Amino acid sequence: MSWLRANLFSSWPNAIVTLLALWLLWRVLPPFVDWAFLDAIWSAPDSKACRAAKGEGACWAFIAEKHRFILFGTYPYEEHWRPALCILVMLALYAVSALRRFWRPRLVLFWLAGLAAVGVLMWGGVFGLGYVENERWGGLMLTLLLATFGIAFAFPLAIPLALGRRSQLPVVRGFCVGYIELIRGVPLISLLFMASVMLPLFLPAGVTIDKLLRAQIAMILFAAAYLAEVVRGGLQAIPHGQVEAADALGLSYWKKTALVVLPQALRIAIPPLVNTFIAFFKDTSLVLIIGLFDLLTSIKVSLQEPAWAGFGVEAYIFASLVYFVFCFTMSRYSQGLERDLSGQLRLGAKAGALRDA
Amino acid sequence: MKRSWFYQAGLLAAAGLVLWFFVSNTAQNLESRKIASGFGFLAREAGFEIGETTFLAYGAADTYLRALGVGLANTFRVALIGVVFATVLGTLIGLARLSSNWLVAKLAAVYVEVMRNIPLLVQLFFWYAIISENLPGPRDALSPLPGVFLSNRGIALPLPVAHAAYGWILGALVLGIAGAIGATLWARARQAATGAQLPSGWIGLGLALGLPLAVFHAFGAPLAWDTPELSGFNFTGGAALTPEFAALLGGLSIYTAAFIAEIVRAGVLAVDKGQFEAADSLGLPRRRAMRLVILPQALRLIVPPMTSQYLNLTKNSSLAVAIGYPDLVSIANTTMNQTGQAIEGIGIIMLVYLTISLSISACMNWYNARIALRGGAR
Amino acid sequence: MRTIARVAGAIALAFAAGAAQAQSTLDAVQKKGFVQCGVNGGALAGFSAPDSKGVWKGIDVDVCRGIAAAVFGDANKVRYTPLTAQQRFTALQSGEIDVLSRNTTWTVTRDASLGINFAGVSYYDGQGFMVPKKLNVKSAKQLNGATVCVQPGTTTELNLADYFRANRMTFKPVVIETLPEVLNAYFSGRCDVFTTDVSGLVSTRGSRAPTPADHVILPEVISKEPLGPAVRHGDDKWFDIVKWSLFAMIEAEEMGLTSKNIEQQALGKDPAVQRFAGATGDIGKMLGLDNRWALNIIKQVGNYGESFEAHLKPLGFDRGINALWKDGGLMYAPPIR
Repeated sequence: MSWLRANLFSSWPNAIVTLLALWLLWRVLPPFVDWAFLDAIWSAPDSKACRAAKGEGACWAFIAEKHRFILFGTYPYEEHWRPALCILVMLALYAVSALRRFWRPRLVLFWLAGLAAVGVLMWGGVFGLGYVENERWGGLMLTLLLATFGIAFAFPLAIPLALGRRSQLPVVRGFCVGYIELIRGVPLISLLFMASVMLPLFLPAGVTIDKLLRAQIAMILFAAAYLAEVVRGGLQAIPHGQVEAADALGLSYWKKTALVVLPQALRIAIPPLVNTFIAFFKDTSLVLIIGLFDLLTSIKVSLQEPAWAGFGVEAYIFASLVYFVFCFTMSRYSQGLERDLSGQLRLGAKAGALRDA
Repeated sequence: MKRSWFYQAGLLAAAGLVLWFFVSNTAQNLESRKIASGFGFLAREAGFEIGETTFLAYGAADTYLRALGVGLANTFRVALIGVVFATVLGTLIGLARLSSNWLVAKLAAVYVEVMRNIPLLVQLFFWYAIISENLPGPRDALSPLPGVFLSNRGIALPLPVAHAAYGWILGALVLGIAGAIGATLWARARQAATGAQLPSGWIGLGLALGLPLAVFHAFGAPLAWDTPELSGFNFTGGAALTPEFAALLGGLSIYTAAFIAEIVRAGVLAVDKGQFEAADSLGLPRRRAMRLVILPQALRLIVPPMTSQYLNLTKNSSLAVAIGYPDLVSIANTTMNQTGQAIEGIGIIMLVYLTISLSISACMNWYNARIALRGGAR
Repeated sequence: MRTIARVAGAIALAFAAGAAQAQSTLDAVQKKGFVQCGVNGGALAGFSAPDSKGVWKGIDVDVCRGIAAAVFGDANKVRYTPLTAQQRFTALQSGEIDVLSRNTTWTVTRDASLGINFAGVSYYDGQGFMVPKKLNVKSAKQLNGATVCVQPGTTTELNLADYFRANRMTFKPVVIETLPEVLNAYFSGRCDVFTTDVSGLVSTRGSRAPTPADHVILPEVISKEPLGPAVRHGDDKWFDIVKWSLFAMIEAEEMGLTSKNIEQQALGKDPAVQRFAGATGDIGKMLGLDNRWALNIIKQVGNYGESFEAHLKPLGFDRGINALWKDGGLMYAPPIR
């Protein structure tokens, strides 16, 4: 009772605001719960029942009907265990990387093994698995693939960029600054267009790269620029004493960077790195615009079948839910990490709750 | 030092080789496939219509250059209005999250977490689906207020008829604002010199509102409304907000507001508690303390990430191509398809956005340099 | 020092590889073992649409199957890439597909400045308008102020603007990229009018409208839309193969050869038929193909008339101007000799 008094009704304006908020919730929540759960249609053989209930009940039967397509795209039906296994492998990679006791160089080998396993499972052609060309990959599997391979390959590109940006050599610094500012100044869509439309023109006649690889290259180049800025922030936060001590020990530039500077910088930069990954994960949805079949595209395409047209609201709520689960988990993890690590080095920890859009 | 020059020369040579490789391939491919190149196409007739043109006159007989200009105007329109909405909404929600009212704070937290973790594209499609699937046709349009019509063609609003007086009123407004700023500065200088205070806030407000109002009355208070009417297929007259514009504006504002809310909250939280206590001990009332002590310090931490969010909003407006709003990227895309000149089209898009980004960054650097704390610390 | 040498070596290797890779399309197709065919991602019934088992069917699909039959002797060696109107030309230019058979209109701008070559006309069409019956519109000239749904990057978009300008009318365009979405917008009432080639109107009304009888196609045909397959510039051999595969189908109908009787007819005495079927002469070798190329096309895919009958007749199309020139239409193939 006293809690209520202190938190909700502590003064007249407060009390009015609380009552207003409660009234708003009363107007909005029960109809929503009715629509989404009580009157909703959970499974139906076709769309007639859904159409009859349109407006009063949500049509989750649409999701039930199309869930395989939404998860795996046009991958052959009998081989769905392969993309399902790949999703598990990639989730395992994330989970392992999140545990602090695995933060040692061996993690890189683990990642390489995981990515190789994903490649073998998806393409097949060896070990008795049937070959599945990558035009047929799609759905949630493709979203995870783009995000995972994107970050994995952007990292080795971002570290030299960050180091180069802080270098004393004018040419090197010029390149790195130019690259980073160029990529960060243009929208991701223009990079995707450039990759899908212009990249084939840059290559000799007869050499073709397929659409998925083009999009993946664009995502890697994009992520590398943003990751480079985060790593640079980490590099700047290292106390100068560390660098001086390494110099005093007589270490060369490369040894100093690899053994002293980078490990500390990366450790500091992990929370903003996770935030960048969350933004990158959301950005994979943009490949819809160049015609790749990720999670959002497959949901949109399911809507296009004439029988199920008009259930956009249910479809996008489902899409939001899937993305929310992934991103919220990562964001909670990042906040927890920040709290743990902020004891080690003050980096304006409260400001660290900020994320890039 | 010799070694470093050698390395740099090597890097330049390698980069030059790679560039030459790409350029020669491109030239060869363009030649063998007979794809035109050069910017001459900008002077050709576009041949297509554009759905909304933001006060610019455009017809299918105009050039591609003009079509791209219309696209740019559309981008600015949604970006500027979006920035205003997002800032207002974001600040409100950020402050709400700091409120002592538990319910309000929790609701704001839920809003922020939900909106930040769902991709913008999904949100845009969601709002577009709600508007286009669930509103009736123009013949059965909803009319919540007289003169305002909601249908799946968009929102039709009444607009005041253009009158010569409006130019004067705008001029009076600008003059009033200038006068308000001048009065504030003068009152501040006077207070510093003599200690006497003037209610400069009220004086400024009076100037900014009073002058335009006086001009309005001087012209005889001309206010005729151009209300939308259903004629034939659509509403004519008044102003119309298409579903595409409404969905894009709504989606962008709501999404960016969540990030701005966090920035505002972090900025206010970062101000040392000691500052609040010091202001209290000086006897400053809560609101004055906020305005004179807390906010200036919080702004130092808020402005850089805020500008970065404004930039993100402008870049995100390029997603208009997915819901059919004719912004710069969308029109450049159509141009690329009709003329086949993809390289020039993408080059134009990247040039425009790069210019916008770099100018905003330059402004922010100037601002940062101005307000930077001299002598270390945070 | 070592790293620089390694990098330079890699780049030189890439050059060499690049130079070696310049291949003709026919060689590339024969090496990979199938023809990559760009079709309509929006599933335009009658022209290119997957059936319930996922098998692509339609007259555009048959053109591609004919090319595969000519090159490989097997009409099933085709892979299909669904494309939107905006993606189709870049897919062809970039080499992602070998031939574009996607109800694409032949215009001088596309021929000259997009870097593509049109290999003939598979369907003569025109642009029209479709409106809901309840709007009570009897002619396109009554459409002043209407909201029109149209796909971007098409001749439709340009012709629409020209028509309204010429008739001093205005309209509000709603541009939506993919066919299913634009149909969704039209059928849900977002726009008053849908415009595309008349064949597209008939096809989508028949296959997608919730109640086809509620929609009427206006009588005005405002443009010429010759639809046909297209290939990249710069490869004359492949261009000839695609061109003559289409002509073979039309010529076969004129000579009365069908998928059922061609084997029989090939053994007969008519010299024209013998030339066509490859029993005499070396036309196949001239094209770089097997001499039975035309026979394979007709046997496995059928002639133009059979293709039309199988895919377009059921949707309510009649031959009209797409009949043979002997029957008063426009289908005329140069002689195969």
